[in-house]
Amino acid sequence: MLYLDNSATTAVHPEVVKVMQDVLEKHFGNPSSLHKKGIEAEKILQISKNFIAQTLQVKPQEIVFTSGGTEGDNLAVKGIALQYQNRGRHIITSQVEHPAVRESCRQLENLGFEITYLAVDKIGCVDPELVKSSLRKDTILVSIMQVNNEVGAIQPIQAIGELIKKHTKIFFHVDGVQGYAKIPVQLKLWGVDLFTISAHKIHGPKGVGALYIRDGIKLFPQITGGGQEGGIRSGTENVPGIAGFAKACQIAREIFVTKSKEMSKLRKACIVLLEESIPAIVVNGPKDEEVSPYIINLSIPGLRGEVLVHALEKENIFVSTGSACSSKKDITSPVLDAMGLAQDIKLGSIRVSFSYETTLEDIEVFVNKLTQVVEQLLRKN
Amino acid sequence: MRRVYMDHSATTPVRSEVAQLVTGYFTETFGNASSVHAYGREARKGVENAREQIASLIKAKPEEIFFTSGGTEADNMAIIGTVMANRDKGKHIITTQIEHHAVLDTCKYLEGQGFEVTYLPVDDYANIDIGQLKAAIREDTILISIMHVNNEVGTILPIKEIGQIAKEKNIFLHVDAVQSFGKIPIDVNEMNIDLLSASGHKIYAPKGIGCLYLRKGIKLSPLFFGGSQERKRRPGTENVPGIVGFGLSAELAGKEMEVEIIRLTGLRDKLINGILEKIPESQLNGNRTNRLPGHVNVSLRYIEGESLLLMLDMKGIAASSGSACTSGSLDPSHVLMAMGICHEVAHGSLRLTLGKISTEEDINYVLEVLPEIVEKLRSMSPLFNSMEIDNREECSTCTLTK
Repeated sequence: MLYLDNSATTAVHPEVVKVMQDVLEKHFGNPSSLHKKGIEAEKILQISKNFIAQTLQVKPQEIVFTSGGTEGDNLAVKGIALQYQNRGRHIITSQVEHPAVRESCRQLENLGFEITYLAVDKIGCVDPELVKSSLRKDTILVSIMQVNNEVGAIQPIQAIGELIKKHTKIFFHVDGVQGYAKIPVQLKLWGVDLFTISAHKIHGPKGVGALYIRDGIKLFPQITGGGQEGGIRSGTENVPGIAGFAKACQIAREIFVTKSKEMSKLRKACIVLLEESIPAIVVNGPKDEEVSPYIINLSIPGLRGEVLVHALEKENIFVSTGSACSSKKDITSPVLDAMGLAQDIKLGSIRVSFSYETTLEDIEVFVNKLTQVVEQLLRKN
Repeated sequence: MRRVYMDHSATTPVRSEVAQLVTGYFTETFGNASSVHAYGREARKGVENAREQIASLIKAKPEEIFFTSGGTEADNMAIIGTVMANRDKGKHIITTQIEHHAVLDTCKYLEGQGFEVTYLPVDDYANIDIGQLKAAIREDTILISIMHVNNEVGTILPIKEIGQIAKEKNIFLHVDAVQSFGKIPIDVNEMNIDLLSASGHKIYAPKGIGCLYLRKGIKLSPLFFGGSQERKRRPGTENVPGIVGFGLSAELAGKEMEVEIIRLTGLRDKLINGILEKIPESQLNGNRTNRLPGHVNVSLRYIEGESLLLMLDMKGIAASSGSACTSGSLDPSHVLMAMGICHEVAHGSLRLTLGKISTEEDINYVLEVLPEIVEKLRSMSPLFNSMEIDNREECSTCTLTK
């Protein structure tokens, strides 16, 4: 079994499981309760929040827990738009955002907001100059992802942030779901106001995420009720999930420091091996620079992505076409569309995504199997 | 020291079968349910199986169940979702004064969006008057949202009658069933429920998972936008471990319901009788019989709820004064106030909620400890000591007597 679909989701780390089991069994209280069980749960919540805040170098009160990346993105984009619509109703985003941001923006269009969807270049990157020229007097939000989930392109967040810093009334949201704990994050330096993260992409549990909201920013809540999370996000807190998330952040941070260079080398090695063994192969997105060391998007012209996915699965190798969220549809990925790729490249695209546990041996196995599979399939054709 | 957990309406411990199942989905069956490969398909299978388990508990169809992050989200989604999708049909909503804040605050928000909301009053027992409900219905009423069981006092509301009226008048009925789901029978067809919210952590599943039942054919605008999960009603990678845990606890709750209702009703009544007998100037809040099995809410006059909770806690007893969500707040419970109970009595309210782990010994222990604590607190209370018991005035605004 070789699981290379870690951008879709990851296996929960055994130490994270241990933490969650402990909380599930022993500390099951509702953090809002006044008794010991409640206070215990509240303490776990606070420690977890402190820890996650620390990894982002922000204050604990700037972190709000959510049910995951999609909710975080919705809360950030719609929360800003609805809260600050009196200032203006223009939002800038890109054509390669995750559906959680893209569809939130579409919804805001229905409510009368104007959205600029920035084009990207052929490797999936946004040009900061384009952001600059799109800024208007009534722009209230710029929302750009840190790492593209399909092709791994790292967006020029620092450059965009610097542009926006000059406009104090424009907020900057970054979807960091694929970047956090994998590549460096410097929210203060970059001038990021809101940052979305998700646990299950970094070996934490599904159903939990967080949103960094810079001090002083108000968000229009998406879920109201008991007033938890400072009234920004009501509902009994997912204490075991949150504790697991914090543990995953801790582990990821340790790994990040030691593994990050190694992962970049691994990715490069994989591409070299692929190009040697399958001359027809096309790597979509950035090749070595400005790319997540965890994602490779590739196409074999003439072979459909889903055929490759199934053929690899028979060899016990698990990869995906595009992102998991859109993999059921028989349409081409909006990300690859935006990159202006040819139809056969788009239809032939698969995404291979690594975890910190992926080794050079795994890469070799993958390349060998893919080579065999491609030869067989091309022969059949 | 003995530890007694009597706050099951706030949250419940995860049962071990469920914890075990959930753990397997963290590590082995960890796939993204949207992935097309084997990891994804196995996760999908778990999700769809849970959907069936949950649907069957309330006699719904599996495709009518949509997973959410919990009860609060489900309430928000149900109310905002239906009125936004059906605003061409009307702008009037009917709810009650004793709903959970997830419903009340959502209604308040909608008032700001141009909707009109009628908050039905309740009687001394936290029950609504069907005549008042009928009278409140207008031409432009599009939604009735009424809870099945009140979280603070345990009253069971007459959902079947309400459902009948809603059906006749062609108005959608949403039921917040967070406190009743898995504890007393629910049949969405027999009760004519169109939307229903439920939560996992109230029935021994993990926190962070809940669901919305949405009758087939009803239009609903989603709260969140993104991927096409949950048929676009609720995007976001499915919380597969939470979902399968929720499914299993729902199934087990269904199997054990009949026996648990009898057992918990017995324990509850013993606890109520014991408190009323042993503690002078105590009263039961809510109805004696028309209440959730295992749900006790009493007012102990001349007692300040928070000190009572602290002292109980020191004796190992976990209880609450109202709902957990509002327990940090110093305002008296909106539910008790709506029932016409005065500030002073409302402040001395104590909620003891039993569950699977509660035993007869727990009840005995509480009945031993609670009267002592009450006596001690009262002996320190200036209010209690300022007058002779006989001369103490009856609270004039209070409609409830012992």
